Amino acid sequence: MTSKRILSGLGLLLGAGLAAGQAVALEGDAQRGEEAAGTCVACHQADGSGMNVPGGESWPRLAGLDADYMAKQLHDIKEGSREAPTMMPFVNMLDDQQIADVSAYYSQLPATQGDGGDVDEAVLARGEQLALRGDWDEYIVSCKSCHGPGNQGVGSTFPGIAGQHAGYIENQLHAWQEGRRANDPQNLMGAIAQRMSDEDITAVAAWLATQPATDE
Amino acid sequence: MINRRKTLALAGVTLAASASLVAWAETDGHPYDKLVEMGYPAPQEGELVHVPPTMADLEAADMKPQTKAVIRRGYDLFTNTQQLRGKNVFNDMNCSSCHLGEGRQPFSAPVWPAAVTLPNFRGKNQHVNNLEERIAGCFAYSMNGTPPAYGSDDMLALSAYHQWLAKGAPVYPDQPIYGRGFPSPERTDELSYTNGEQLFADNCAVCHSEDGSGLYQDGEYVFPATWGDGSNNWGAGIVRTYTAAGFIKNNMPLGQPLSLSDQEAWDIAYYMTQQERPQDPRYTGSVDEVLEKFGPTFHKHSSYGQEREVDGHRLADHANWGEKGEEVKPWNVGQPRFEDLDVE
Repeated sequence: MTSKRILSGLGLLLGAGLAAGQAVALEGDAQRGEEAAGTCVACHQADGSGMNVPGGESWPRLAGLDADYMAKQLHDIKEGSREAPTMMPFVNMLDDQQIADVSAYYSQLPATQGDGGDVDEAVLARGEQLALRGDWDEYIVSCKSCHGPGNQGVGSTFPGIAGQHAGYIENQLHAWQEGRRANDPQNLMGAIAQRMSDEDITAVAAWLATQPATDE
Repeated sequence: MINRRKTLALAGVTLAASASLVAWAETDGHPYDKLVEMGYPAPQEGELVHVPPTMADLEAADMKPQTKAVIRRGYDLFTNTQQLRGKNVFNDMNCSSCHLGEGRQPFSAPVWPAAVTLPNFRGKNQHVNNLEERIAGCFAYSMNGTPPAYGSDDMLALSAYHQWLAKGAPVYPDQPIYGRGFPSPERTDELSYTNGEQLFADNCAVCHSEDGSGLYQDGEYVFPATWGDGSNNWGAGIVRTYTAAGFIKNNMPLGQPLSLSDQEAWDIAYYMTQQERPQDPRYTGSVDEVLEKFGPTFHKHSSYGQEREVDGHRLADHANWGEKGEEVKPWNVGQPRFEDLDVE
């Protein structure tokens, strides 16, 4: 099933003009991935739940994310379109096959709940507005328009962000603003991140963390 | 706090619109500053500038709870029109697929002008339409369906939402409306299908798919179909190349309006409007007949009945009605009005 997803995702990735097409085409094996993931668990945990680290660098939940999406991120970190200094030494330990394998492994783990959503109700309300309806007066398109129903992700291009740790989402949006991350197709996320205030970023990250990553 | 600011801005704008724009420009901040900063034209003196209220404003408004509930229902239908799938809607579109920002957004065919300019004569069907008939037109063409009945709960809720968005705007305004419709970019001399095809693949396909079928997650709509059975039919306003170019230039890619050049917007529009889609409900078995009847008022701006240069395919020469099939006929199409009224 994983391999079918990977193959169907390939067309989309190539269509978007992204690099690493050949590497992405590799079929991941979740069992081999579990062994290769030994290097990941210190931060991302054995169950792939990651950790919300307020004020520090949060480690994203990987459990249940799309395999092709994760593989692409690992390649992008290697190639520099996504800066992640902490990840660099670990990514460099993985070859293309291992990247496909660990991605397959984490994708089939059950999603865990996000942390960092324990903020004021007014902040959560603003976050909900941005996530579901956007703020068109500031030309901030809703998260849902691309990240799909429930913000649970669409294909391999638009990752699930519901149930992700608030600290991680916050950090990524700032990374887009500051140019540390530029690996989205056509700058679709970057353009919107640019228009978000610090308060908006905090609010939307917190609200998303409170949401279920899947309907199951 | 944000809501209060918007409400104040609205009062200020409405006043300014009927008095003078100069006085209003002196006040602090301009509700569409962000758009101007992004490259949209600034409001011109004498233009009607209206900032529609939001759904948060509705909650705060001094209105009967029953009225609020109906407007909320209208908003829900507008942003999730798919709930009428198989009943009134027979493609993959929502109202908000084209009217971005919940129908409030300038340069994205904001819908509130319909509530203050109708009833009015409409060239498309050559008679005077009110708001409900105008909305019914969207169902017959853009949604490839058949409208909810006039006066029905769904129709009332949708028109109430339109009217709510027009709150405070003058009725039958003399001024031109800022950001109305999808203003088309300057027409370039040559339109290129192959250039449009390449541009579509590079800029649009990540969301709308190379075959224009849109994008779905677990069967649920995410991005609309740009052609094919999931899209609007041949009678919808956006099959006119200039309307499509205006939509694209001012709104696409999502979140990056005005990022394509005029030539690029026109080429993509040309490519997109030269693909197949469900038949125009005004079709009675002959493309030539449709062209004869509706060419002068409508299809002279579309590619309907034209031969596509790349493969010689004659566009719209088919009896494919899309998902609605032969059975469902939009009841509002071809209904004349005021035939005995003396216009002179």
